[in-house]
Amino acid sequence: MIDLPRHNAAFCKGCFNVYVHDQVSRAIKSERMFGKDDRILVAVSGGKDSLALWDILLKMGYKADALYVNLGIGGYSDVSHAKVVKFSETVASPHGAVLHVHTVEQEAGAGIKELAMLIHRPTCSTCGTIKRYQFNRVALEHKYDVMATGHNLDDEAARLLGNVLRWQEEYLDKQSPSLPASLDGFAKKVKPLFRLSERELAAYSVLNRIDYIVEECPMAKGARTLLYKEVLNRLETESPGTKQAFYCGFLDKQRKPEVSPTTMAEKDQAMLHPCSVCQQPTTAEVCSYCKMMARAKTHSV
Amino acid sequence: MQVQLSHPSRTIEIKGPKKAKDLFKELNLVVEAHLIIRGDELVTEDEMLYDQDQIEIRPVISGGT
Repeated sequence: MIDLPRHNAAFCKGCFNVYVHDQVSRAIKSERMFGKDDRILVAVSGGKDSLALWDILLKMGYKADALYVNLGIGGYSDVSHAKVVKFSETVASPHGAVLHVHTVEQEAGAGIKELAMLIHRPTCSTCGTIKRYQFNRVALEHKYDVMATGHNLDDEAARLLGNVLRWQEEYLDKQSPSLPASLDGFAKKVKPLFRLSERELAAYSVLNRIDYIVEECPMAKGARTLLYKEVLNRLETESPGTKQAFYCGFLDKQRKPEVSPTTMAEKDQAMLHPCSVCQQPTTAEVCSYCKMMARAKTHSV
Repeated sequence: MQVQLSHPSRTIEIKGPKKAKDLFKELNLVVEAHLIIRGDELVTEDEMLYDQDQIEIRPVISGGT
């Protein structure tokens, strides 16, 4: 059994799998991500989200291959690489799916940590640049219709929180779960797991015996994203549904066509008129203050 | 009961019986960021845990950038 506080529900394994597939299906359709004939390239890391995504897409009947980028982070990359290969051989291959592998050390002559030191940039930022570049390159070279990543609700909500806290409005447009191939040289990018939380995806992986790397990437220690996730999870525990309301509310606002902004004064002028008792502005016949005082006088008599 | 924790990996002994949500409180852990696994099964917040149980509390949060 798994309990889902944000839906006020608990599911057995069978029903939980139906719920997960339904959430992914809704994401794919609502954002027009891809169809059954499209060739999809999934970015896999050996973690729960990307392996769960590959598993879900294959089980839903999509044509999904994968790319693993070996970043050369010592023993961590060795373990994650082995997990991806094992999943590919035991789960994906029977569906006819193919695993592509890119090894950073083979091309660059150094692992991600050494590269980041050479160019004086944070490791996570260097990693992101390399993964985005290689992912796009392989998608274009092998003519995939779309690239899919395992970003989940927690990832997107944390990123949104970070962008909003610093009012980085230029990044907000890129927070859509479906980014079109805006020009030649850019493949379409989608995030089919944006409706599912990290806890739900970890539960899906455990229940479906997906052998993923549980350890945190040693380079991610102290990353700001982890702090944002921690804060959001404390809010979520106190008020289930907060993360979904935050991110999906943002997407709803993005989808609405822009209308000319109404000022607060214009809104007030349209809705307010004088109270029939005291003449102060109110939306009702009698303002709430006059109603409250009238009730108090009635009870005191 | 034996409770296996991660980050860093360690095993601790906790006296049972107690509800899973009380174990979270005792260890000061946030439910939304963890799963409790007993054998091959997931444990819900309201389930009881007993002295003979072997429990894994698995963190679910990942990410850098």
